[in-house]
Order: sequence, then C-alpha cells, then structure tokens
Amino acid sequence: MSIVSTVQPDLRRGKINWQKVLVIFLFAVVPLFLLILFTYIPFGKMIQFSFHNMSYTKDKGFVGFDNYLKIFTKPEYVDAMLLSLYYMAGAVVQLALALFFASVLSLERLRGSGIYKAVLFFPFLVNGIAIGYIFKYFFTHGFVLDTVLQAIGIPLEKLPYWLRDQSVNNWSLVFTSVWKYCGQNMVLFIGAIASIDPTLYEAATIDGANRWQQFKAIILPGIKTVFMLNLILSITGSLSAFEPAYVVGSMGANGTATFFIKIHQMAHVSQKVGQACAMAMVLMALILLFTVLQRLFFRYVMKDSESTFNAKANKAKALW
Amino acid sequence: MSIAVHAVRESNRGARIRRSVIRALEYLSLFLACFIALLPIWSSFTTSFKSAEEYASTNAMALPRNWFNFGNYVQVWTEGDMLRAFLTSASVVIVVVAVSVMMGSMLAYVLNRFRFPGNGLIRNLFMIATLIPGIAMQVTTYQIMKNLGLLNSITGYMILLSGTDVISIYIFLQYFENLDGALDESAVLEGCTYFGVFFKILLPLTKPAIITVAVLKGVGVYNEYYSANLYLQSNSWRTISTALYSFSGPFKSSYNIICAGVLLTLIPSLIIFLVFQKQVYAGLASGSVKG
Repeated sequence: MSIVSTVQPDLRRGKINWQKVLVIFLFAVVPLFLLILFTYIPFGKMIQFSFHNMSYTKDKGFVGFDNYLKIFTKPEYVDAMLLSLYYMAGAVVQLALALFFASVLSLERLRGSGIYKAVLFFPFLVNGIAIGYIFKYFFTHGFVLDTVLQAIGIPLEKLPYWLRDQSVNNWSLVFTSVWKYCGQNMVLFIGAIASIDPTLYEAATIDGANRWQQFKAIILPGIKTVFMLNLILSITGSLSAFEPAYVVGSMGANGTATFFIKIHQMAHVSQKVGQACAMAMVLMALILLFTVLQRLFFRYVMKDSESTFNAKANKAKALW
Repeated sequence: MSIAVHAVRESNRGARIRRSVIRALEYLSLFLACFIALLPIWSSFTTSFKSAEEYASTNAMALPRNWFNFGNYVQVWTEGDMLRAFLTSASVVIVVVAVSVMMGSMLAYVLNRFRFPGNGLIRNLFMIATLIPGIAMQVTTYQIMKNLGLLNSITGYMILLSGTDVISIYIFLQYFENLDGALDESAVLEGCTYFGVFFKILLPLTKPAIITVAVLKGVGVYNEYYSANLYLQSNSWRTISTALYSFSGPFKSSYNIICAGVLLTLIPSLIIFLVFQKQVYAGLASGSVKG
C-alpha cells in the first residue's frame, strides 16, 4: 500500500505534469477497459436479464421474479444444488489429506520429499479434457480401477459401474476433483508451514512435545490463515463445481449435473438466457453468502486461537 | 538403581520402536498417495503403446508388448491434426502471457508509484472483481462476445483470456511494493521519462515476477477448455483442449489412440513444471492469497 511520492517537479503548484497524466492514462486504460467489459458489464446485464424471459436473440419482456420462483419450485434445480454437498464432503477430505501430507513432508526429514511433493502436485497441471479421458478409461467397467480392485481380491461382479451407477457416480466424480486439487492444496500448506519460525519446533522438541502436539500447537495455528482461505475457496468451489461433471461425467449425464452444468445447459442448449441468468444470480448469492458467513465465523474463532497461539509461542520461546 | 537404568533403556527402546513404526506408516501413506496420483496417468501411458488388437485382448493394467510401438502417436498426430492444435495453443499462450505481463506490470507501476485521484477506486474495482465469481457470468459474457462479433475468433478468445485476469496484477503489485522507489526517483531527476523509467529500469528488475506470472498464466491458458469449447467451435482454430475434446468422435472408444493424444498434451506441462518448479509453487502461493 506504500505509494511512493516519486516525483517532486510536479508538485509545483498549479502546474499539471502532462507526462505523468499520459503515463497513468496509457498504462491503466486497457486493463480497466477489459475489467469493465468482462466483469462489470456482464454483471450488470446478468442482473437485468434475470428478470426477463429471453434468449440470446429474442427478448420476450420483463417477467419479474418468475425466473427466480421457478428455481426454487422445480425439484431438479434444488437437486442439482444439493449435489454440491458431495463436493463439499470431498473438499473436507481433500483439505485433511493435503494438510497431513504437508505436515509429514515438512516436519520429517524424509528421503526424496521433493519427489513426493512433485508427484502429488502434478495432477493439478493436467489438462481438464485429458483428465476427462484419463478417468473415463480409469473408471470403465473392468478397466484400470477394476483391475486393481480385482488384484486385491474383489470379484468384478461385485463392482459397480463407477460412472453410470447413480449410487456411486457422484463420488467417482468427487474423487477426480480430489485427485486434481489435493496436491495443489498441499503445496500451499507446505509454503505456509515453511514460513513458521523453525525455532518453535526446536523449543517444542526440547520441551518433549511429540509430533502430534507440535502439529496442534505450532503448525495448525501457524497456517490458520492459509487454511481458512483454502477452506473458503473449496466450499465456494463446491457450490459452483462443474469440471468433473463436464469432462468426466459427460456433461452431467446420469444424475451428475451440478447447478453450474444446469446453468450452462439452460443458456447454451435450451437458449433460455433469462432463466440461466437468474440461476447464476442465485449461485452467486449463495457463494457470497457462504464466503461472508465463513469469514465472520473464522474471524471470531481466529481471534481467539491467534492469541492462544502467540501465548504458546512466547511460552515455548521463553522455555527455550 | 540398575533397575531404574534398565527401565529408562527399555522406555527409550519403546520410543524408538514407536518412532520407526510411525515413520514406516508415513512412508507407506506417501507411497500409497503417489500410487493413486500416478495410477490414472500410468495406465494411459502404458495403454498408448498398445496396438488395436492388443488393446482389445489384454487387460487395462497389462504392460504393452512393445514399448516402442509409436503407431498410436503417429495416428493421433496426423488424423487428430495435433501439430496445428499445438501451434494454435502456443500462439494463444504467447499472446495472452505477453499481454498479461504488460498489462499487469504497467497497471501495477501506475497504481504503486503515483498518487492520483481514482487510484483507490481502481484498486477497489479490481478487488471487488475477485469477489464476483466469474463462472456465474459466463452467460452474459457469451452475449457480449456475440454482440462484439468475437465468436469463433481466435482474437476474441485471446482478448477474453487476457481481460479476465486479476492475479497477475496482484503479483506485480506485491512486487512493486518491495522495489525501492529511490531508484526511479533519481532516474526521473536525471531527466528520464516515466516511460523510460518503467521500460529501462523497473521492468527488467521485475523479472522474477514476470517469470512467475508467465508460468502460472501460461499453464492456465494452455489447459483452458471451457471458453475454448464455447468460443472456438469452428475447426480452423482448435486449441489443444478442443482438439482433444473432438477425439471422442473419430477415435470413439479406441482408448489406446486417445491415450496417446492425452500423453502428448501432457508433455509441455511436464517440461514447464520440471524447469520452473520453484516458480510454479511460489506463484501458486502469491496467486491464492488474493485470488
């Protein structure tokens, strides 16, 4: 936030430094224009369209809250929204795994930790469409996953059709999402853990604290901010989940259509733009609601734990 | 007394055994996780070397008979028109990365080095934009692209990808905040123009930030598929993602051929990752803080 008061010459009263005006204008105009064009104008139009019955080509006029009412009265939309619960459950598992592996890789001096980190992270860099093919192949009946499961003694007849069977297919899709993003979360956690003062661990070790106690007393409070941020991003990401259903689940076939997939189909298949915009508004409101709620919740909780963390850190240092 | 010593030794041994058990479990969990991370990719890799007959007759995890059977690669490369797709993707990546680096660094320079009315407003506009989920607005963004005549236009696609990027601006802003202002101040006093200061002095100094933004943005653009599918539906401008997407047509369920295509698309990401590992990790951290 430190704006350096660079140049003295222009401070001579009443004289405008035209070069400065020019540089500000030229350097800011394009990004600002694009920001307005691709963020604020679509945002405004989205609000406007959500009250209209319209397609991309025809506007049949203002319909008030009709589009919104449809969302909450038709069970298919509510069901699509409820699918995000699967992804939220997946997000919790993913964060727990990421945190576990981040702590193991940071605390223990394991051989080849850089390689584990790289291997676990790489899925994040795989092209989404490629992920689609890789996992369609992976989950096909009798193929990769089933071969592995047969090798550990589960007969093929007992295995479900992972992508078709509606009792498991959403979990299969959630798995692909965890597969892709777990390593990314882990890398963020490793970065946060690395910024914790290492003397704290030494102090704790001399104190006789074991790894679990160190994790609870030093790591967890130390990476709280990054953790909360990731939690918020994962939860809001779950609300707008679409990637697994789009690429692996063949555009939401067999009851895997998340709310965002419904929006996409409403707009680009059914061409009901007004309805799609109302759905997008609801999605956005939900995301903002969750973000604000979580921030409020954690601001309250965090304050509390931050002070205990500092107290503990001071105590550990004093003991050392 | 000797009993006490013995007891201490015993408990030390107990602790040591417990530690090595824990360590073994940690290794085991890491191996298992890496196995799960690699298995889907590994199976695609082995399958890509199988002939059609072999693909049909062996199970999915069986190793290929001939590791040097590149027939599928040749077929997917020629019939899938992948060279063209790679060139298209490469040009999109180069243009979008260049534009993002220039726009991000220029805007960050202006916002960080000058006081002017509207500075705070611009910052706020960008910050609020991060709160609006872009995904919710794809419907109306499509309408705008349509009205501007930018559907099925590679230029339109490039503009869209360059215009919806806040993270690189933040990375540059953070970087400029840590760059000493005395440097450009003295340059200006010696008669250098602001443009000269930016292009000759500051921009070269931001090289680490440029690399971070380029790698992060480059990988993101290379892997982008949603907008590519939506905005580039004509066959003349297929990116890697849309080319790959179209494979389910001609190659149907010949996964041995499709897997070869999948593996080819992974190679650039893998190389970039191996070369710029540090920047990828670092960029991730700085990007997520305000992403």
